Amino acid sequence: MSEPLSREPLLEVRNLSKNFGAVQALSDFSMVVQPGEVVALAGDNGAGKTTLIKAISGVYRPSAGEIRLRGEPVHFSTPQEAREKGIETIYQDLALADNLSIGANIFLGREPMTRAFGFLPVLDRKKMADAARQTMALLDFHVSRMNAPVSNFSGGQRQAVAIGRAVYWNAQILIMDEPTAALGVPEQRKVISLIHQLKAQGRGVIFISHNLQDIFAVSDRIIVLRRGVQAGERKISETTHDEVVKLMVGG
Amino acid sequence: MTTTEIPPQPAQEHVAPQADHADMAQSWVQRIASLRAWLFLAALVIGFEAWARIAFNGTFILNPFNLQSIAIFAVAPLLLATGQTFVIISGGIDLSVGFIMGLAAVVAAHVINAAGALMPLPMAVLLGALVAVLVAGIPGLVNGLLISRLRVPPFIGTLGMFGVARGVAFLLAGGTVVPVSNNPFFSALGNGRIFNVPHIVIITAVFVLLMHYLLSQTRFGQHNYAIGANPQAARRAGINIKGHLTRLYVLSGLCAGLAGVLYSARFNAGAAQAGEPLLLDSVAAVVIGGASLFGGSGTILGTVAGAFVIAVIQYGLVFVNVEPFWQFISVGVVIIISVLIDQAQRRFSGGRVDE
Repeated sequence: MSEPLSREPLLEVRNLSKNFGAVQALSDFSMVVQPGEVVALAGDNGAGKTTLIKAISGVYRPSAGEIRLRGEPVHFSTPQEAREKGIETIYQDLALADNLSIGANIFLGREPMTRAFGFLPVLDRKKMADAARQTMALLDFHVSRMNAPVSNFSGGQRQAVAIGRAVYWNAQILIMDEPTAALGVPEQRKVISLIHQLKAQGRGVIFISHNLQDIFAVSDRIIVLRRGVQAGERKISETTHDEVVKLMVGG
Repeated sequence: MTTTEIPPQPAQEHVAPQADHADMAQSWVQRIASLRAWLFLAALVIGFEAWARIAFNGTFILNPFNLQSIAIFAVAPLLLATGQTFVIISGGIDLSVGFIMGLAAVVAAHVINAAGALMPLPMAVLLGALVAVLVAGIPGLVNGLLISRLRVPPFIGTLGMFGVARGVAFLLAGGTVVPVSNNPFFSALGNGRIFNVPHIVIITAVFVLLMHYLLSQTRFGQHNYAIGANPQAARRAGINIKGHLTRLYVLSGLCAGLAGVLYSARFNAGAAQAGEPLLLDSVAAVVIGGASLFGGSGTILGTVAGAFVIAVIQYGLVFVNVEPFWQFISVGVVIIISVLIDQAQRRFSGGRVDE
């Protein structure tokens, strides 16, 4: 209430805690994401990264603390609710239906309909293909065959489809869990360039990776977690690989 | 803010054309594989035609009587296979369709007999057909609930319903065949023709066309493909998987119900064992038609071709006077070739599909 001076953050997490029975997975964690900012989360396995993003994306309910979107407190009981507010998670395993086209994947679960011969309701494939083409162009990604199933595309292209779906539905905050983990080097570079595009469009990105090279290539800030607490926060421009590793292992 | 705008460009230009090349080759293989049932069908028809001309100087396919017979042969397996197509695309299987068909045939005969005394005969036929199809939806509903709510594997759940439907059908029939008495409308429905096309073939064609529309043009169909390929993705996209699976098995039951009604119309009697040999035919038609038993692919039009491949083999071998047991061998061989083509196609379309 008393801080209208600073730019309003897109996402603010305040004193968030989550315990599973006696296990404290996350305690008293706070962070902000500004529009057009890429924030990396780093930490060893079990440090609490996954718990944190699941709390933000509506999979878990936090035990304590609050989440604010553009200053407004929000409570999600399902991932759908988070998605409707513009928080989209790009999962490691992509969550695409491989046998469907890019457009059909973008519209999966909310397919547009039109009428054939003026009365028969049918899927509006043209709208899906047009939207797919536009969205993918927005990500500077060009495929000639819009009706091909996404199983025909490479890992990086499929990653772009998953991101494109989020972009089409106007996600303001994209949470990306290890988006480069399963990809070859040129494909990794492509995903990094996609994240730059999202940033340029003023969206916020939370980027989880084990790959410090990727983190340094794309992030503005890095937050390190260790055993459920924040072990440190640095601007990328003011830190080094060594310092981050030290924070992660607790040196 | 963004200082690194330049590097992305070369990376993309590098990746896109490569992938497009692979695209083209894959799409050709996929296209040919998706047409395989029609190629089989064409080969069979040409083969039998040649045989007929050489062996007894006649014609196989240009004879309207043969065409009619093949179409009538195909009716029941095709109807069962239509529901089965939806189920197999979703990654499941419905083993109960044969006896659901028998159950519906018996119910139709009983209801038409009973209602014949109370109302005009055409009304009784309509009522009997309606009740039979709805009754067929009940085991379908139980299948759906078992699979979606209680997470029973489809193979087991529908195997259980196979037994239940079989038992109920035989009990209702009193262990025998239930003839329909004094209702000429019913046997006219089953054996009449319009412009030389049997009624039951017309009804089947209209119904199958409707199902083709449902699978290829509606959200229900689209969600069915998505669930078959990646149930997790479908769930994350907000698709109600439990509701979908429930409706799916009801649909399969209704298809079997229609098959049962048309069976009892054709023979003017209901029999519990009406669909007994048709379960395997229904799965075979779907697989020959290009669907994968792993789920996620298949079309109604492919299944139509698959059902006709089986009908042509069965009828054709009788026509050229070969011992009928060769049918089983030929259909079996076609199924195996079909699955081999499917697997070759999977291997070709990249290492990603590695089930």
